Amino acid sequence: MLFLVAAIASRPLERKRFALHPELKLSIVSRSLEPGKAVMVCVMAWAVPGAGHLWLGRLSKGCIFLVALPAMFSTGLMLEGELFSIEPSQPLVALAALADLGIGVPYFIAQMFGFGVGRVVATTYEYGNSFLIVSGLLNMLVVLDVFDLALGRK
Amino acid sequence: MQSHFVLMILFAGFVSLIFGVLMRDDPIKQCRTAAAIFAGFVLVGILFTWLMYPFPL
Repeated sequence: MLFLVAAIASRPLERKRFALHPELKLSIVSRSLEPGKAVMVCVMAWAVPGAGHLWLGRLSKGCIFLVALPAMFSTGLMLEGELFSIEPSQPLVALAALADLGIGVPYFIAQMFGFGVGRVVATTYEYGNSFLIVSGLLNMLVVLDVFDLALGRK
Repeated sequence: MQSHFVLMILFAGFVSLIFGVLMRDDPIKQCRTAAAIFAGFVLVGILFTWLMYPFPL
């Protein structure tokens, strides 16, 4: 409710700000991409964590995502976590697989080199799974942020 | 690396860093947000360990 009130209250001020500085509105509009290109940037952001922000000129954010997300994913692999594959007969495993896939290309690289087999008896197995799943989910959030940035919403 | 506490700290560090950077644009605000989320993770983690202490495995 408070957010709604704040949003309504801020509208006239924003209009006034744009009326005083029309170049501000122009700069915001010109930064937004067409929906097709925005989707393409999102695919890039999904494939390589941080690439979308780097493409849109958010260098510091992009570099942090580029380092932190693969590092978290690698930590999950080191902790002997498992990269699940989609099995329709086991819905929870399928959901975990979708979350794992959220990290993009590193998922396929790890599978290609035989990582992420997962040793169930390892003490850190569940920790590894948590790192792998959460890194994928966080990358999905990063992709949503890229989508908003690409459409000029942020 | 099998210390539960170290792994919790590591997990909290990664998640708070990503959320801090994602939620704010200003570097100082990013650091503050990340620190607040990190502290929240660690404090709630320790609180839950104390709450679960009486329960047998």
